[in-house]
Amino acid sequence: MSEAVRAAARAVLPPAVFLILIVLGWQLAIVVWQLPPYLVPSPRDVWAASQEHAADLGWAIPLTGAAALTGFGLSLVCGTLLGLVFSQFKWVQRSIYPYAIFLQTVPIVAVAPLLILWFGYGFQGVVAVSFILSLFPIITAATSGLTQIDPNLVELFAVHNATRLQELLKLRLPNAVPYIVTGAKISCGLAVIGAIVGEIYAGFQGEHIGLGTLITRANAALDTSYVFAGVLGSTLLSIAIFATVSVLGSTILARWHVAAGRDSTTR
Amino acid sequence: MIASHALLSAQSISLVYRGGVRALENISLELPPGQFVSLVGPSGCGKSSILRLVAGLTAPTAGKLLVAGEPASRARRSAVRLAFVFQDPTLLPWRRVEDNVALPLELAGGARSARIEAARSALELVGLSDFARRFPSQLSGGMRMRASLARALVVQPELLLLDEPFAALDDITRQKLNTELSRLWEQRRWTGVFVTHNIAEAVFLSQRVIVMCARPGRIIADVQVPFEFPRTMELRSRPDFARLCGEVMSLLERGSR
Repeated sequence: MSEAVRAAARAVLPPAVFLILIVLGWQLAIVVWQLPPYLVPSPRDVWAASQEHAADLGWAIPLTGAAALTGFGLSLVCGTLLGLVFSQFKWVQRSIYPYAIFLQTVPIVAVAPLLILWFGYGFQGVVAVSFILSLFPIITAATSGLTQIDPNLVELFAVHNATRLQELLKLRLPNAVPYIVTGAKISCGLAVIGAIVGEIYAGFQGEHIGLGTLITRANAALDTSYVFAGVLGSTLLSIAIFATVSVLGSTILARWHVAAGRDSTTR
Repeated sequence: MIASHALLSAQSISLVYRGGVRALENISLELPPGQFVSLVGPSGCGKSSILRLVAGLTAPTAGKLLVAGEPASRARRSAVRLAFVFQDPTLLPWRRVEDNVALPLELAGGARSARIEAARSALELVGLSDFARRFPSQLSGGMRMRASLARALVVQPELLLLDEPFAALDDITRQKLNTELSRLWEQRRWTGVFVTHNIAEAVFLSQRVIVMCARPGRIIADVQVPFEFPRTMELRSRPDFARLCGEVMSLLERGSR
C-alpha cells in the first residue's frame, strides 16, 4: 500500500513541482521585465479571463471536442477499412500506398481552407479537416498490422487449409489490433489539431463557437488573457482525449496479451 | 522402384530458387506409413525445404512428390491429415492455450465444445492440462513448445512434419521432450519427418536417419536405427547408441568435405 503511494508520488510529484516552478517563473518574469498584459498576461489574468468567459469556454471545448472525436472516429473506421483493402489486394496497395506515405510528409494543414470551401463553413468542414489530418497514421498502422505477420503463422494457417476469410478474421485483424491502438494514440492528438485549425478557417455559424474561432476572435480583440485561456482549454481537451484513448488502448492491449506495455521501446 | 503403399514418395525432386540457387537436387525418398524418419544435415542443405514441399507450401521445380498417392500440393486438403510443428512455438498471443491448440479444428469447422474437448485431451498428452486457460506469454519456452506439439496432435495427424522444434530449448528440456515425443509416437504411430541438426536427437527419435549435405542439398546416406522401443534416457548412454551417432557424424563430415 505505502509502496503504491510512494510510486504514485514519484510519478506525480516531479511534474507537479515543475508546473508550480513554471507558473512562478512566469509571474516573476512579468514583474521583473515589466511585460505588458497584452503581450504576456499574468497567470492571474488568465485565470480571471477563464472565469469571465467560462460560459463561452464551456461551449467551445465540447464543441471542438465533438468535431475532433467525429474526425478521429471517421479516421479510425476509414483508415482501418483502407488498410484492409491494402492487405487484401496487393495491386491496390502497390499503386496507392506510396501516396499514403508521401501524403504524410505533406503539411495537410495547407489544404484546410479548401476543405472548408468544399464541406461548408460549419461543423462538417471542421470535421473534414480533423479527419484528413488524423487519417494517415491509422492507414499506415492498420496496413502494417494486417501485413506484418510472422510468416510461420501464415504457413500454419495454410497447412490447415484456412480460407482467406478465416486468415483475415482469425489472424490478420487480431494481429493488427496493437498496431491500430498505437496509431490511434498519434491520430487522436492530430484530430484535435485538425478541429482547431478547421475552426480557425471556418468557425461555427451558430450561436456557439469552437476553440479555434474563439482564439482567433480574442486575438483580433487583443484580449491576450482570453487567448491564453483558449490555449489552456485546447490543451485540456487534447489531454483528456489522449488520456481516454491511452487508457482504452491499454485495456485492449492487456486483453490481447501482447507485451506492448512491457516493451522497452514504449517505456 | 515405387512402393505403392508408401505414404510419402519423392522421385528425383529438385528445387531451384529464384536467382538460380539450387536448394535441392535429385532427392528420392520413400516413406512407409508409420515410420519416423529424421533428416540431418548442415544448415543450407535444404532439409526444411523438403518439409515445406511435403506440406505443399512450395512446389518442386522438377520431379514428382506424392503424399498418400496425391500430389503434395493437393494432399493436405483431401488425402491425409497433416500437421506441421515449426521451430518457434508459433502461437497466437491473444488466444488462450486451449484455443490455440483447438485452432486447426476451428479452421476445419468443428463445433466449439468438441474442439475444446479435443484440445484438452491433446494438452493432457503433452502434460499441459493445468495450463489450458493460460495465455502463451504466461508459459516458459518449453511449455510453449509442448502447446505447439499439442496443436499438431489435436488433428490426430497421419503425417507429422517437425522443423527443428526443439532447437531453441536448453539441452535438459530438449531431451525430456525427445523422450515424450518418442512415447507419443509409439502410441499414435504417425508417419513422422523430423528435421534437426542434432545427431543424438535424430538417432534417439528415429527408425531411420537420412543424412544430407549442402550446396546443392542432396541425400548422401540412409541409416537404419535398430534400437527397440520404448526408448528411454538409458539408451543415450549405451555404447551402441554412441557408436551409431559417431557413424552418422562421420557421414556428415565426409559430406561436407
